Amino acid sequence: MSTVVAATTSSKATRVLGWLTLAGFALLVALAFAWVPEDTRITEQGDVVGQFDAVRLMFVHVPSAILAYTGFGLTFLASLAYLRWRTDWWDMMAHASAEIGVVFGVLTLVTGSIWGRPTWQTWWEWGDVRLVTALVMVLVFVGYLAVRRIPADTAVRARRSVVIALVGAVNIVIVNRSVDWWENRTLHQQSTLTARKIRDETLFTLSFSFAVGMALFAWLLLHRFRLAYLESQIEQLEVDEAMEERRAEAGLPDDSEEQA
Amino acid sequence: MEPAVRLRAAVTLLGRFPALAGVDLEIAPGEIVLLKGPNGAGKTTLLRLCAGLCSLASGQGWVLGHDLNDERRMVRRRVALLGHRTGLYDDLTVAENVAFWARAAGAGGTDVDEAIERLSLTGRLADTRVGRLSAGQRRRASIASLVVRRPELWLLDEPHAGLDQQSRDTVDTLVRGAAAAGATVVLATHELERIQVLKPRVVSVVGGMVRSGSDSADAPNDGDASTEGDRRVP
Amino acid sequence: MFRDAWLIAGKDLKIEMRARVGINQIVPFAVTVLVLFAFALDTDQEALRTYAPGLFWVTVLLASLLAIGRSFAVDLADGASDRLLLSGIDPIAVFGGKAAAIAIQLVVLEVLLASGVVLLFDVTVHRYGLMVCAGLAAAAGVATAGTLYGALVSGLGVRETLLPMLLLPVVAPVLVGATRAFQDAFGVAGAEGWAWLGLLAGFAAIYGVFGALSYGALLEEA
Repeated sequence: MSTVVAATTSSKATRVLGWLTLAGFALLVALAFAWVPEDTRITEQGDVVGQFDAVRLMFVHVPSAILAYTGFGLTFLASLAYLRWRTDWWDMMAHASAEIGVVFGVLTLVTGSIWGRPTWQTWWEWGDVRLVTALVMVLVFVGYLAVRRIPADTAVRARRSVVIALVGAVNIVIVNRSVDWWENRTLHQQSTLTARKIRDETLFTLSFSFAVGMALFAWLLLHRFRLAYLESQIEQLEVDEAMEERRAEAGLPDDSEEQA
Repeated sequence: MEPAVRLRAAVTLLGRFPALAGVDLEIAPGEIVLLKGPNGAGKTTLLRLCAGLCSLASGQGWVLGHDLNDERRMVRRRVALLGHRTGLYDDLTVAENVAFWARAAGAGGTDVDEAIERLSLTGRLADTRVGRLSAGQRRRASIASLVVRRPELWLLDEPHAGLDQQSRDTVDTLVRGAAAAGATVVLATHELERIQVLKPRVVSVVGGMVRSGSDSADAPNDGDASTEGDRRVP
Repeated sequence: MFRDAWLIAGKDLKIEMRARVGINQIVPFAVTVLVLFAFALDTDQEALRTYAPGLFWVTVLLASLLAIGRSFAVDLADGASDRLLLSGIDPIAVFGGKAAAIAIQLVVLEVLLASGVVLLFDVTVHRYGLMVCAGLAAAAGVATAGTLYGALVSGLGVRETLLPMLLLPVVAPVLVGATRAFQDAFGVAGAEGWAWLGLLAGFAAIYGVFGALSYGALLEEA
């Protein structure tokens, strides 16, 4: 019954993935700093405008934002799947992806803020729908993780978590809509990619950063999920052990007929 | 006839602690069962499981014919659990508390008066806020709010603990009355001599397991019981 | 079902009337917060008038945390929460009853606070209808979301700190909507108050449905 599984979260596949991600990241840094030119445009009046060196932050900021949404989206889907199938597998998946989502969410907010200072001349803009939505989303999932950290019966914890994840998802939509109504303006450029205002080098590096980000996400998710799985195994071992002790306790007094 | 309680290898976890480590138990309708065993043996958890308040980690169980794995809500409305806590609201009077729980169970006003009468809570006591009652009076009020539900299965956890003489007698009268009315009674108590007259079947609970289903005829003497009561978890 | 919900709401309200925690503690707390805002804004009458709607709703949200916590503490005090489970009352009715009782308390609080704002912040009300509707809808929204999260954290050792952390981001849209509606009602900023009322009503409806559906699962503690 108490089979001890591998005491590590890595495997050959994740090690390969990990090295690939690391190499990809090194290449991304090289591309972002050495290859991509700074962002400048000359207006009709002859002024030089653009994001200059700050554009290089985009290669961290944009993939982070996408990964944060991927993480939260995965949490939402895994929570729905838990409702349907009620297996620990989906619960652990929801947990793992929420944690990664929060990490990338915070990274998105921080890099966005650093980038906003030189580009928009402000660290933060309350009227911006995307900023406020991202902030509330991160806060909701920080709360989600806080609830998960409270020791509880696995099924109870899973039920609570599902409710928070689903309410959180609905909440994100409501916040997004209400902030949109509230100010109805955004500083974010709407369509950098479609408007073809972007240089080829920048476009390539940006696409490459998505690929590296996805690899990093997969690597983190695999490890986090396996960690959760190992934790549940330990929990099960502890329960088994406690059960044996408990049964020994029952067998101790007077009659020794019942040795469980 | 269908047993009132039937447990097969029932395991209940409190966190990671197996409060019940595989209980096999069968209780016939109308039976009076006395659970005895040391503190921490799992008596309270066993009673809560029978009330549908705890879940089964493994094993099977039926109470009044309802499956404990997926019909716990059906179990709950047909049983009465008197636990360590009274389940009453301090800021409501005795009569208001009893009336609230009666209406929650779909019982009528006459049931309320009758229950208050039966537990001698009439007069000024009925209009006193529960927060101002003594421990014994509180317990009686708690019982009154259970009587109105006309439960088919009574689950009593240390019903005599910390009570004055009058309230203890009231508890005994209640058990006798419930048994006479054909209800099943399962109780955990250290006051064995009080219950002895009812000739209960004694079930020993030790280490989260049920050890014996000895018959009511050869119930253990008091001395045996007190050693059981004093034994702590090793 | 409605009978049971009313039974629960009546019980909660009766306890509140008796215990007077709302009147003796929550209302004074809320008024104190308003006074603190006045101090923080340096007795700038114009600023107070401009920001009165937002300050009013922040105060209501803070006070609502106390009312929600109190509503569940009453059930937990001596095991009544177990009894509620055992009573066989439909969890949807319990949710509806508790949310209704909290909403009614919030409306009373809003009335008292609104008079406080009018007196202390020198605000004049231009649209009473809008103000009343927004007040009711916002109370319903905060009460439904609050009951849902109150049940979620009820019974946990860290509930006092966890409830604000979970609930406040969720009721942020209520703050936005109700503030805009009140700005319109007070005539301090051009806003489409009635459109914001729609948001408030929608919020209450969504959380009402969500809470009713998930309440049973949340009450199951094991």
